[in-house]
Order: sequence, then structure tokens, then C-alpha cells
Amino acid sequence: MLTRERLIEKVLLLLALSAIGSLALITIFIFLEGLPIILKTGVRHFIFGAHWAPTKGHFGILAMILSSIYVTLGALIFGVPLALACAIVLAEFAPPSLTRILKPTIELLAGIPSVVYGFLGVVLLVPIIRGYLGGPGLSLLAAALILGIMILPTVISISIDAMNAVPTLYREGSIALGATQWQTVRKLVLPAARSGIITAIILGMGRAIGETMAVIMVAGNALSIPTSILDSVRTLTANIALELGYASGAHREALFATGIVLFIIIMILNTAATLIAGRK
Amino acid sequence: MRLDPLLTERLVKSLLWCFTGLTIFVLIFIITFISVKGLPQLSWTFLFHDIEDMGRTGGIFPTLVSTLYLTLIALLVASPLGVGSAIYLTEYTLEGWVTRLIRFGAECLAGVPSIILGLFGFVLFVIKLNFGWSMLSGGLSLAIMILPTIIRTSEEALKAVPKEYQDVCFSLGISKWQTITRVVLPCALPGIMTGIVLSIGRSIGETAVVLFTAGASLRTPTTLFDSGRSMAVHFYILAREGLSMPNAYGTAAILIISILLINITAYTLMQRFLQKYR
Repeated sequence: MLTRERLIEKVLLLLALSAIGSLALITIFIFLEGLPIILKTGVRHFIFGAHWAPTKGHFGILAMILSSIYVTLGALIFGVPLALACAIVLAEFAPPSLTRILKPTIELLAGIPSVVYGFLGVVLLVPIIRGYLGGPGLSLLAAALILGIMILPTVISISIDAMNAVPTLYREGSIALGATQWQTVRKLVLPAARSGIITAIILGMGRAIGETMAVIMVAGNALSIPTSILDSVRTLTANIALELGYASGAHREALFATGIVLFIIIMILNTAATLIAGRK
Repeated sequence: MRLDPLLTERLVKSLLWCFTGLTIFVLIFIITFISVKGLPQLSWTFLFHDIEDMGRTGGIFPTLVSTLYLTLIALLVASPLGVGSAIYLTEYTLEGWVTRLIRFGAECLAGVPSIILGLFGFVLFVIKLNFGWSMLSGGLSLAIMILPTIIRTSEEALKAVPKEYQDVCFSLGISKWQTITRVVLPCALPGIMTGIVLSIGRSIGETAVVLFTAGASLRTPTTLFDSGRSMAVHFYILAREGLSMPNAYGTAAILIISILLINITAYTLMQRFLQKYR
């Protein structure tokens, strides 16, 4: 009997290692496929080279790195104020009965597939941008707006949890001292929930920078460093997805190398989120 | 000059309420828009006919089969791994570096973007293991994607089962494994199901992973090694190449509505479960 229990424990440990094992496999395979071409091109040339012509042997991904960063920052500029406002209202101001309905509704919306967001961007947003602001419509601005909407559920839901974790007693103390509700939120709840809110924003950022399908559909995918928010841009993720279908040889290796850069950025963000969330 | 606090209060509150209204409006609008445009396209023929002329006409039956196939494989692989991990984490170890490592792995895996999973599935399953663009490659890649969700929700469900139940079992001389399979797991089942149901929703909506591992064949897949396009991939191709707007809206409506129903089911399950132990 004892040996059977021990055996079960060993098997369960093996199963428990599946997640970290998969992560290790992903890392190994992406690096095995992509690292040779980075070393051959030179890290500096690969990351700071602005010329991407993979069939002619030019592998510089600066334009895509910059595009990814701009699009993500844009998404944060649109998404974070809306998400925080929504989280503050739902956690602090709204009657509990309303929050009970709205919070799950917002969380349900996190399930809408990214292709659907992209499609709506193409059908509704892009014509508006083209019509009123000029340019091709498929642009950095369109991508930033769509991503800003896409990160709303993530940021709202985690921020609400962070604010709910602040003890009600603190709020009562503050109100009893004569502070208004907004003063209480600004001076007490927000600072106390800060690490949770920052985690929420970082996770939203990770979602935005890693998003592929929606961005491909609305960003236009032109291969140049954007100079205006109406320019067509190609992000790291879009570059991989657009060319993987037909790439071979060094070209395909270069796409995996693009993946390495993306992977490193995401891992830094994730680790930061874990560290900040765990600091409390 | 300082604004009167009460005036500030009123201004800020109305501004924040406006933002909240806008956010909720945008999110609700998306669902309504797709449903209004897409639901009229749905018909018996649309659901149960083959794709014709690259999707310009005909139905979406093969994509329904592919989606079910991929989701099923992903669940069959990821559920035992995920639930097993959760059992180990909650019942067999104390907090230490091993659990921290496992949790860190699961959290990082949850953050890996789908395009990276697609790249990985493509190089490992499609090329190195020579499964080709197939249901098997796609299902296995999706399994990795949903694994963290299943681990996290199962862990929460197992933790919610009162420790007294186990104490009673041990005092009766029942072995640990029997306690887990006969008492703890049945109690935690609704919570565990929540994670699995949520994973179904994610698998159905995923595009980037599936596109590069299961391919986009128009035929109905039968064996594990057949390629096939899922609903989400089909929708992506219809929309991107502008093949047929009505069919794109129809497919989007089915996607969104099925995912919403699935997520509502998951949410209801979780609420029931939490109420029982609170």
C-alpha cells in the first residue's frame, strides 16, 4: 500500500512539472531555431538594423520593435484611463448590486476572440480614421485603439480585485475624518492598491504587445519606421504571422529570431508583474 | 486656487461615471453589432454544409468539426496534466521552492503570446515530430495554451474544500489517494469544471496557434493527422481576404455566442461552487 502511495506522489510530481516543462521546451526550441541567425547577423545589426529584406539577406527588425512599442504605448494611453475609471467606479462608487452584474459582464468580454476585435476594427474604425484623419486608415492609431479596448477587461478586473483587497475599515476611518469619497479614493485606496494596479497594467501591456491577429488586421503591416500615428505599421507579432506561412531557410530562422526578441520582452514583463504582485 | 472638495468630488465622479459608461457601451456594442449582423445569416444550410468556393458560398460544417476536434484533443491532454498539477500543489507539498517554481512556470506560460505558441507548435509538432499541419499538432499546441488556466482554477477549487473533510478521512484510516479521489475531488469537481469550461471557450476563439499548427484545409478532418481550419481561422481568412462579408458575420456570430454561453456556464458553475463552501 505504501509503495502505491509513493508511486502516485511521483506521478503527480511529474504532471506538476508539465507547465514549467512546456515553458522550458518553448524556450529551447525558439532559441535553437532563432539564435544562429541572430549571432550570424550580429545582435546589434539584428536589433538596430532598420532594413528587413529576408530573401536578400537583410535582417534588421528595428522598425518592428519600435512599432510594437508605439502600438503598446498607444493602447495603454487609451485603455488605462478608461479601465481605471471603470475599476474605481465599480469598486468604490457603484452600488454593490450593479457591480455584481457589471464585473462578470466585463470579465465575460475577455473571451471575445481577437480576430473579432480585428474584424470590427477593419469594418468600423478604419473607415472613420481614413475619412476624418486621412492616411490609409490601417494605421498605428487603429491598432492602438483596438488594443486599448482589448486590454480593458484584464486591467479592470485585476484592478477591482486590488481595490477590494484594501480593508473597508481604512475607508470608514477616512470618511469619518471628513474626507470626501474621491479624496478617500485618491489619497488612500489608490496608493494602498498600487502594486495590484501596476500588475494589472503590466499584464495588459503584455497582452497588447503579444497580440497578433487583431493587429495584423488593422495595422496595415508596412515595413518602415512610423513617423505619424496615421502611418501603417508592422509589429513583431505581425511580422512572424505574416511570413511564417511561406518562409524557409534563413528567412524562417529570422522569424524565430523575431520570436526570441518578443519572448524576452514578455518574460521581462511577466517577471516584473510577478515580483510586484508578490511584494506585498 | 483650490477647488472646493465637494465640487471636485462631483466633477470627478461624473467624469469617472462617463468613462465607465463609455467602456461598458463599447463592450456591449461589440456583441450587439456582431449578433445583429450575423444572426440573420444563420441557417440549417450554413451550419451543416461544406465550404464551397473558398467560403464565398456554402456552409461552415468542416470548421465546426475541426473546432470540436481540436478542442477535444486539447482538453484530453491538458485536463489530466492540469488537475494532476493542482492536486500535487495543494495536497502533496508544503510551500517551498518546488511549488514556487511550478507556479512561476504556470504564470509565465499563461503570459506567453499565442504567436509564440504557434511558432513552437509549428517547429516541434509540425516539423520535428513530423505530425504535419494536423488536428494532433493543433490540439497539442492548444493544450499547452490552456494548461495554466486549468492548473489555476483547479488549485483554487481544491483549496476551497474544507480541511476537516480530510482530517475525518485520515482519522478513519483512509489512505491519502483514496481521500483525494473519493472525497476531495468530488467536492472540488464543479470548481475544476469551471477551468475546463473556460478553456473550451479559449480554444474555440484562438486563431494564431491553430493557423500555424492545424493549417487551413477546407476539408472535414477525420483522422488525427488531417489538416482542417477551425471556425476562428475560417473567419479570419474570410474577413482578411474579403471573400464573403455575410458569411464572415455569420461565423463571427456563432463564435461569439458560443463563447459567451460557455463562459456564462463557467461563471455560474463557479458561483454555485463558492456559495456551497462559503
